[in-house]
Amino acid sequence: MKQPILQVRDLKQHFPVTSGMILQRQVGSIRAVDGISFDVYEGETLGIVGESGCGKSTAVRSISQLYKPTGGSVIFNGIELTTADPRTMLAARRDIQMIFQDPYASLNPRMTVRSIIAEPLVIYNRRNLLDPPLSKLEIEHRVEELMERVGLSKVFKNRYPHEFSGGQRQRIGIARALALNPKIILADEPVSALDVSIQSQILNLLSDLQKEFNLTYIFIAHDLAVIQHISTRVAVMYLGKIVEISEAVNLYDNPLHPYTTALLSAAPIPDPVVERNRQRIILTGDVPSPDKERFGCYFYDRCPKRMPWCSNHIPPMFKRGKNHEVACWLYDETRDYHDVSMEEAKADAAKASK
Amino acid sequence: MSPVNDREVVLDVRNLQTYFKTDAGIVKAVDGVSFTLHKGQTLGIVGESGSGKSVTNLSIMRLIPSPPGKVVGGEAIFEGTDILALEEKEMRTIRGNKISMIFQDPMTSLNPFLRISTQMIETIRLHTKGISKNEALERSIEMLKLVGIPSAKKRVHAYPHQFSGGMRQRVMIAMALSCNAEILIADEPTTALDVTIQAQILDLIKNLSEKMGTSVILITHDLGVVAGMCDEVCVMYAGRIVEKAETEKLYAFPAHPYTEGLIKSVPRMDTSKKGERLYSIEGQPPNVIDLPPCCPFHPRCPKAMDVCRASYAPITDLGEGHEVACWLYNSEEEKAVALKEAQA
Repeated sequence: MKQPILQVRDLKQHFPVTSGMILQRQVGSIRAVDGISFDVYEGETLGIVGESGCGKSTAVRSISQLYKPTGGSVIFNGIELTTADPRTMLAARRDIQMIFQDPYASLNPRMTVRSIIAEPLVIYNRRNLLDPPLSKLEIEHRVEELMERVGLSKVFKNRYPHEFSGGQRQRIGIARALALNPKIILADEPVSALDVSIQSQILNLLSDLQKEFNLTYIFIAHDLAVIQHISTRVAVMYLGKIVEISEAVNLYDNPLHPYTTALLSAAPIPDPVVERNRQRIILTGDVPSPDKERFGCYFYDRCPKRMPWCSNHIPPMFKRGKNHEVACWLYDETRDYHDVSMEEAKADAAKASK
Repeated sequence: MSPVNDREVVLDVRNLQTYFKTDAGIVKAVDGVSFTLHKGQTLGIVGESGSGKSVTNLSIMRLIPSPPGKVVGGEAIFEGTDILALEEKEMRTIRGNKISMIFQDPMTSLNPFLRISTQMIETIRLHTKGISKNEALERSIEMLKLVGIPSAKKRVHAYPHQFSGGMRQRVMIAMALSCNAEILIADEPTTALDVTIQAQILDLIKNLSEKMGTSVILITHDLGVVAGMCDEVCVMYAGRIVEKAETEKLYAFPAHPYTEGLIKSVPRMDTSKKGERLYSIEGQPPNVIDLPPCCPFHPRCPKAMDVCRASYAPITDLGEGHEVACWLYNSEEEKAVALKEAQA
């Protein structure tokens, strides 16, 4: 049995909403991530897919401790990150790197490409966290090697980010993430801002690097086709919760959760023949705001298959076959909830809360 | 096969050229674009950023900021007149009235200080002579209902920030269609929206154009959106249309190496296999400043020949409206002549 490299358990990230000019009182909270759990195994790619505001970016930022999680635990290689002291965290962060969505905003415009890529090396070198320590010349060589590896000519190392196109900037971001030989890379929508022809170059580069350095990825995207292409397993998020998690193949061939089904049917396929003969499930309404506590299924308001029971019972993850889990009451094998009336469901919920 | 192409022509764009003067040189953002739009047709314009697809349509709407930009050549015939040559005053009777436009970001295209009702009434009264305020309000509510905004009667008095992204785009569509426009230009209408909302909006545009007989020009970079929406597609690269065909034909038999590469480089949910390498077009999109007078795609083209580096490819008709600008479809003699001319 493979050991997971990263274990996320019931991770919560609530942001406080305050009111008042001077004495700021907390009047509520945005439940950006509301209890997610999953494992990530070495060498695999876990894709996280969902619409804007579903908490996928917040989730990876809480995992890398850029935000201090409100609750839950993140265990990386046996180290609990949420309670780690700064020094342990610094050492762990060497193995956890990030790639960001916007290659225009994530690179300092006043730094040359060389200093951007060398920065992680310089910082860790200064604190004696590199083994063996690197000389200036070695850092220089490492930068050149990284640039060549991600497909940038080393003659560009003294240039500034604005002299590069979006795709090239994303390559700089990837080189920076690789500088410390990380074990896991958290990629937050790395190809969403890129043109189609450049997107495929970057996706190919990422999968080559994965094979070469045995990297583990957590890969966020809203494009379902991209996620399918790159992922070993996929987690679908909605309103701060994981609603379905499965091997990529299973999820696309046999989506279980009504939200996953709707999401898959809404995504356009670049083939007019397929498109014209497709039946779309068009969801009504918008994603609700995550600012209040919910006592029922988070997808209840928009679900085409909702039952009275779902309005006041939060579904747990039900196992369906190997490595396929879904948070939907339709898949509870012990009971069929279709016949439960609203009154009965309410009574049951009240009893459970007592 | 193509019943749409037999219908009346609503807009005929011929050899449109829009240049921008910059400190670094002249940017030929649009350089010789021609297409026709038929009644009730949905025409897709696809291309990557900087290919000139938005500038093409802003030129038609006469919304190019001048200076630095200028429409330097070509014509756009709408209802028998060349709208590129109209006075600004005359253009105002067409813009927003007969030809409407919706933009990518619905937040920046609505005035955040004014109620939706104020903005809609203004539009309607500007374009419909002798309509009272109350009638215009009734009309606005009707339009909002048509685009599927719940409790439109109450919501019409809300401010833009009180709507979500998808709802705002619905408001924009309602405004654009409130004057019974004949042409709707939709510039990346769903790029800022989520997939489930995108499906709603595309569905809406499709239904409305069928119901009202509006012709649509849909600008997008998403080949999936085009496949589901458009009758005909123009593929743009570096300010030129490199290929034009009916949607089915374009996807089944892409003729230009760029189109072919573009279609192959998109991962597909239904057929692609895990672990398979994606096809990718090597290199970067060209810098459009001072482009050399030859095929702009040649540095990235796997089939580039000597003639591609020397001269622009003429447009070749492959039959049934399938046009392509690529030297692969010309005879040896034509290539030899062009090569000689370029060298001379």
